[in-house]
Amino acid sequence: MSGTAAKIAALRASLAKAELEDPETHARVSLGYDKVDACLHGGLRRGALHEIFAEGGHEAAATGFAVACSFRVAADKRVLWVRQDFPAIEFGDLAATGLLELGLDPARLLLVRLADAADVLRAASDALSCAALGAVVIEISSDPKILDMVASRRLTLASARRGVTAFLLRFNAKPQLSTAETRWRVRAARSPDKEENWGSPVFETELVRNRHGRAGRWIMEWSCDDGLFQKPCGKGAEDTGAVVSAPCDRSIAATKEAVGDAKAVRRIAS
Amino acid sequence: MQRRRKPSETQKPSGASPPEAASAPPLVIVAKVDNALRLSAVDRKATSLGLAAGMPLANARAMLPALEVVAANEPADRKLLERIADWCERFTPLVALNPPRALLLDITGVAHLFAGEAAMLDQVRSSLAKHGFAVRGAIAGTTAAARALARYKDGAIAPSSEEAVFISSLPVEALNLDPVITHALRRAGLKTVGQVAPRDRAELTARFGAGMVFTLDNALGRVEQPISPRIPPPDFSVEHQFAEPIVTQDAALAVLKTLAPRLVAMLEEYGKGARRLEVGFFRVDGVMRRIVIETAKPTREPAVIERLFREKLDALADPLDPGFGYDLIRLSASRVERADPETIGLDGNANAERDISCLIDRMAARFGSRRILTFQPNNTHIPEAAAAAVPAQYAKPTKAKWETIRDRWEAPRRPLRLFAQPEPVDVIAEIPEGPPLRFRWRRALHTVIFAEGPERISMEWWRHQGPQPTRDYFRVEDREGKRFWLYRSGIYGRETAAARWFMHGIFA
Repeated sequence: MSGTAAKIAALRASLAKAELEDPETHARVSLGYDKVDACLHGGLRRGALHEIFAEGGHEAAATGFAVACSFRVAADKRVLWVRQDFPAIEFGDLAATGLLELGLDPARLLLVRLADAADVLRAASDALSCAALGAVVIEISSDPKILDMVASRRLTLASARRGVTAFLLRFNAKPQLSTAETRWRVRAARSPDKEENWGSPVFETELVRNRHGRAGRWIMEWSCDDGLFQKPCGKGAEDTGAVVSAPCDRSIAATKEAVGDAKAVRRIAS
Repeated sequence: MQRRRKPSETQKPSGASPPEAASAPPLVIVAKVDNALRLSAVDRKATSLGLAAGMPLANARAMLPALEVVAANEPADRKLLERIADWCERFTPLVALNPPRALLLDITGVAHLFAGEAAMLDQVRSSLAKHGFAVRGAIAGTTAAARALARYKDGAIAPSSEEAVFISSLPVEALNLDPVITHALRRAGLKTVGQVAPRDRAELTARFGAGMVFTLDNALGRVEQPISPRIPPPDFSVEHQFAEPIVTQDAALAVLKTLAPRLVAMLEEYGKGARRLEVGFFRVDGVMRRIVIETAKPTREPAVIERLFREKLDALADPLDPGFGYDLIRLSASRVERADPETIGLDGNANAERDISCLIDRMAARFGSRRILTFQPNNTHIPEAAAAAVPAQYAKPTKAKWETIRDRWEAPRRPLRLFAQPEPVDVIAEIPEGPPLRFRWRRALHTVIFAEGPERISMEWWRHQGPQPTRDYFRVEDREGKRFWLYRSGIYGRETAAARWFMHGIFA
């Protein structure tokens, strides 16, 4: 009898614990890099739309950032990747072996190849209504007319309804008005230093818009072994963190020069 | 076990429009046979004037200078016959083509639905005649007998095991044998089927072969020959006939909604689930449109079935054209698999899998199944072949496993974006075998700051015909931090004198 009572008590306790968990923190997924997570109040929000813009020529880096974020957000669920045919020809097609090398399981990805942006958006909103998916990545090249404020609002609503996170990956595109929770600009960052292990995926990311917090920019490295973002761990990497305060009015290229200058100054000083 | 067949011979009437104006010249269709133009079909007027199929065109012209001659178009004839066969599916699912101009319908067990054989035959003939065809038809217990009767005794209905009575008075041509055999029979003085029938089978076999004997016995109702339907009959099907044709797509969808539960009830009874479903929309004017959907898992849910068809109909490139309306809609499961009853709700994982396969089906119905893909590993080290993207609807588990190439703590060794077609690159290297120093790709010059390689990958000689050059892959990083995967085709000095470089992929 007492055994049963103890079991019931334990179950009650676990239920109470589950209830106590703050839904807000539960709905955010940490990227792993403490500074970024702090700026995002704990991480990327689930059930919201996040935009990722690739800098010209850095499409693969933006793809890497999107795929890493989406797999982190999806946790153990599957990720659906909808894309137009054109960017696959222009920038290369998503490769399963590449995913595997990033420490992500290709079997968890569903790839949907469609001809035009209208179909892509249609498939995406269909996919966002399937709660069994963890995240949906929508890859669209250039600025199709159909991708306007209404489309963005639709994606946001569809995403919030079932809690499936949407990532809009844009190539060759200008940011427009949207209802996105966050907007990132991504380019590849140089490997910290010539060492044995150069070539890990290092991203120069700029959070240009954040609905619930500050913007910022960071250099992040994706750890293929641990499956999280971290500070670049190379020798020359200590001072490439968020050394420059977050710009709100300058382009990333201008800021990059500033970073370069800062580095140069420090080298001369030391 | 009585099987009855009804061939209906159809012929486009002469001068379809206007119908046989008195002054119109006789119409003949000609085709080239053995380098000579011969008549392949003639209209009624031409027949009455002494022309017949098989006659050389020159002879016909000599007899009747005022002839209207049209070249035969066999593919179009065939297409027309197929459309008539589609239309005939409203009578029985077992319809076989018998080119050039006959159809065989297996009406075993369906005649009572049309108030008996005679009424059914009448209905087929009159509806086809209404569409402007000249029709001949007959019902008999075996294929050859029905075919012979349709040609020579229009409208005959031979009860089973009495074919011999009906057929014995027909000429030997009715057997539809090789013309050489028919000629030989005539030479031997055997002019009717009845005269051939009593001959010793051994004699006939020795002289004309077993095939002729089989056809003869088939025509006499002594041996059975099943027809081979052009579309395998569905395992389960339900249909709805309308006294008044329905015209709108919404109404058609509403009918599907009532048909789906009936089909599902049948499937449930047999413990099956449908993998492939089709709907036939039969139009009043004889056109039939078939819409097919496929599912990844055996399906038995009316709501799912209805939704898939709705998606498919929405996405059709050439939308459903109701014309003057549909008078029959049939829903059938053409491929079924065993499906065990499921308990719903407790196992979250199973539910998630089911939801995802539903999503895949929906997208496949809308966009086509080859657009929804999943990755599978291949046992090869050729980079572009190491993973295959296969349609998620048909993906089966494979034995091959995903294997990471890099070691722990190492950077990725395979790019995230791979070009289907490696692009040529101009490279400056210090030594021919060495890594690139600078390269020009898509008109932009990149200066290499880090490079690693070569990773030598030789092609699989057992797969290719000619020799394939070995590839030396280099990982390089340029000043901007972009990381590329380049390869040099051919080993310098051994396989090639001038190395060519290609861009194969880009790392994250």
